[in-house]
Amino acid sequence: MGMPAVVELVGVAEAAPFERVFSLWDEIDARFSTYKEHSETMRIGRGEVGEADFSPDMQEVLALAERTRAESNGYFDVRRPDGVFDPSGIVKGWAIARAAAELRRDGFANWYLEIGGDIQTSGQDEHGREWSVGIRNPFNRDEIVKVLYPHGQGVATSGTAARGAHIYNPHNPAEPIAAIVSLTVIGPDVCEADRFATAAFAMGRQGIVFIEGLTGFEGYLIDEAGIATMTSGFERFLS
Amino acid sequence: MKKFLLSLFVVATSAGYVLYQYVGGTPAAADIQTAPIAQTTTTTSGNSTPPPSTATQVATTQPAKSAPVKTQPTPISAPTPAPAPAPAPKPKGQYTDGTYTGSTADAYYGYVQVEATISGGKLTNVTFLQYPNDRSTSRYINSQAMPLLKQEAIAAQSAHVSGVSGASDTSAAFIQSLGDALTQAKA
Repeated sequence: MGMPAVVELVGVAEAAPFERVFSLWDEIDARFSTYKEHSETMRIGRGEVGEADFSPDMQEVLALAERTRAESNGYFDVRRPDGVFDPSGIVKGWAIARAAAELRRDGFANWYLEIGGDIQTSGQDEHGREWSVGIRNPFNRDEIVKVLYPHGQGVATSGTAARGAHIYNPHNPAEPIAAIVSLTVIGPDVCEADRFATAAFAMGRQGIVFIEGLTGFEGYLIDEAGIATMTSGFERFLS
Repeated sequence: MKKFLLSLFVVATSAGYVLYQYVGGTPAAADIQTAPIAQTTTTTSGNSTPPPSTATQVATTQPAKSAPVKTQPTPISAPTPAPAPAPAPKPKGQYTDGTYTGSTADAYYGYVQVEATISGGKLTNVTFLQYPNDRSTSRYINSQAMPLLKQEAIAAQSAHVSGVSGASDTSAAFIQSLGDALTQAKA
């Protein structure tokens, strides 16, 4: 997916568990990437794959996408305004959640997984402390503006991208998402956080209200003037 | 070329920090687009909000004080002193005093154009000549009553963290326009 991916397994010396995670993510990338001509995503986009022949993973992601679309009143949509099929708004979180499930199954308790700013942690870091996550300053990527302690919850941040914005308002595709630049969502797991961060960002300022209304989710929205708005339970993640 | 880019980057990051210091303070009158949720709410006149299917009922608050939606660029003064966030090598060569207009850069959601002021060979002021209009402001004022949610100006944190979650840089257009202005100042 062209994004930095980080795997930290506390106290693990052998390479095999790390390789399993990266190998899983490579496979997912090969299947879903919109940058790879022969990925399943691109072949579907070109009409080369009939629905009956979609892979189980693709079906799972599409079902998740459809659920997100319904739950966000259409603000999440894997179909871009230019008609291109693009599930990247949820694949990141889904891929991390898949790796997390495998780590838990294999008995690992303390770890940190990240793909491009979407993060899932478990247990404690190498110093025996709670994992901490900084929210990047959208105006200066060398700074963080908030320190969070997710306590095992998933963290995802949606925003205008360096490579060109990938967030659209499906209800008004011609109008770019103005006024907000970053929305960080904390949810029960990173897959949930990612899909709702993507959906909520497409709502503009209303996105933080949408997150406020979701039980089990908290959010931190930053607008283009550098003013942040947070959901009412957000501050419990500051320590 | 490399040296130029390095010094440009250094100045751009310092300038970015300067701007950042400003927005960390009290928003000026021109920041009307923030229309903080905590202070103003309105009753609906038409624009729909997505009703989340899992939403709980949210308390309504008092009616809005309306705010004018016209936005104007505001001069952003550098606070004195303005320390750089990290030690950085001094850029090579002085800038020539004056005011320089940067190119118009595409920030996707609008255009950014800045004017840089050099005094005493240093960048002392950055003015936005163009920045993305918050056309959502009028929509916001017309939208239905919203809950009171806490707001704050973002501020740099110095803590060490395990990782960082972030949207990618939206300041690219700012740096591009400022960089162009500074190129002229160096000439």
